[in-house]
Amino acid sequence: MQNIKEYQLIIIGGGPAGLAAAVSAAKNGLNDILIVERDKYLGGILNQCIHNGFGLHYFKEELTGPEYSKRFIDLLADTSVEVALDTMALNLENSEDWRYVHVMSSSDGYRILRSKAVILAMGCRERTRMNIQIPGTRAAGIFNAGQAQLYVNLEGYMVGKKVIILGSGDVGLIMARRLTLEGAEVVACVEVMPYPGGLNRNIVQCLQDFDIPLYLSHTITDIKGRNRVEQVTVQEVDQNGKPIAGTEIYYDVDTVLLSVGLIPENELSREAGVTLDPRTSGPIVYENKETLARGIFACGNVLHVHDLVDFVTEEAESAGHAAACFVRDGGCVTEDANIISLKTDSNIGYTVPQQIRIDDVEKAVRVFFRVRKIFKEPSRIVFRDQSNSEIASFKRPFMFPAEMENVNLPRQLLENISGTELTVSVEG
Amino acid sequence: MVQEIICIVCPRGCHLKVDPENDYEVTGNSCPRGIPYGKAELKNPTRVVTSTVKIKGADLTRCPVKTDQAVPKAKMQEVMELINTITLEAPVRVGDVITKRILDTDANLVVCRDIS
Repeated sequence: MQNIKEYQLIIIGGGPAGLAAAVSAAKNGLNDILIVERDKYLGGILNQCIHNGFGLHYFKEELTGPEYSKRFIDLLADTSVEVALDTMALNLENSEDWRYVHVMSSSDGYRILRSKAVILAMGCRERTRMNIQIPGTRAAGIFNAGQAQLYVNLEGYMVGKKVIILGSGDVGLIMARRLTLEGAEVVACVEVMPYPGGLNRNIVQCLQDFDIPLYLSHTITDIKGRNRVEQVTVQEVDQNGKPIAGTEIYYDVDTVLLSVGLIPENELSREAGVTLDPRTSGPIVYENKETLARGIFACGNVLHVHDLVDFVTEEAESAGHAAACFVRDGGCVTEDANIISLKTDSNIGYTVPQQIRIDDVEKAVRVFFRVRKIFKEPSRIVFRDQSNSEIASFKRPFMFPAEMENVNLPRQLLENISGTELTVSVEG
Repeated sequence: MVQEIICIVCPRGCHLKVDPENDYEVTGNSCPRGIPYGKAELKNPTRVVTSTVKIKGADLTRCPVKTDQAVPKAKMQEVMELINTITLEAPVRVGDVITKRILDTDANLVVCRDIS
């Protein structure tokens, strides 16, 4: 029998979520923590996000991605947290007392580790051409925006000379600017939805600054090219997303970047029997980021896709704190009657957390969510209990699907609701 | 004429109104940082430039860099051209100044990642 190495806490992923979770768990009294990271460096996706704008909420200053992650790598250096770089977590098993993490690396081979608690911080990955089924040839020159970002920013390779971008997610917008500054011509950004997928500020500073047109309610309907991409067809779509005949625009380009969404990377979670929420593609979690599998916590983009790293950090700190409490005193155990499920109306895509154990809420619980359409007029986010009484309401001047919203629900309000369900809705 | 612009100081993206005929008065901002941004955006728009430079003597071949202050928008392309001529030697530390007062602006070009 192989000697199984034990930890109090294993964190899978050394990006912004894993780093902040580790620092927080260490600060809350754990001294036997391991971060498993498959890359050769800590920092995750932030290493290739060389643009600025990170940290405005958390540090009240504007940092680039590498600078933001350095803040946490430096904090980590003052703790006893162990880091296994270039190490892939292959499998996660859950049992009553232990979580088993199977890992593989060139230096140490195949190992089984176990810990009292696990924090999932694996992040997300990009949707690909296969996911959205764009017709056309299989020419070279079709990249995911994040993949192109890695080539350009970390490896120093340009991906093309004349580029079209499908999808207006933040990564695509950032790459429009980046490729333009590096000398490429970005002919257009094309978005199938009637509203942009990325933040307003990125539309301004990445597209408008460089006179790159943004076509809303348009999509790519054909890609032509023998070896390399040669021509792309763009068409307007109707309300059902169907291309409208006669609206074709042809672009002679050599490169297509896809910025068409991110999917939380939850293979390990599934293997461990963690229940996922089809709306987020991430685990269902309680108020403290514990999944429905006891002792397994989740934070960052593996839980739900964020638009700001600052909120990832905050979420990860909360998960780190909760994991430390779990290891020290067994965490929160409560009766079903004291668990509130959050439901959503059709205007709201999801909430995180999805469940709240009232006993575990100290003063208030922060609820994150996204709206599913643009609200240009002032509206209210309303929480109603099962007797349809309004428990809480929060005013917003406007809301966009691209921007994650959050509200603080005070414990006091949760204690007096009727039933065990709260429905979140948008009302005028 | 009053111009409507979107503030890019933070991700909130406030819709600012700037009036050039009234001393560039800014309205629609939800925080004080929107005021200087709104004025500058009409008078002399500026942006922070971020890019990478080559680096030798390390596993990594590119080092991220930025201007530590915003530079005039009109000078961005020139700043990029200058950045593309630079090669660093490892080790470098976050904040190391590569070029002082780049192109006679108030901004220095600085290193954004520790690379050894």
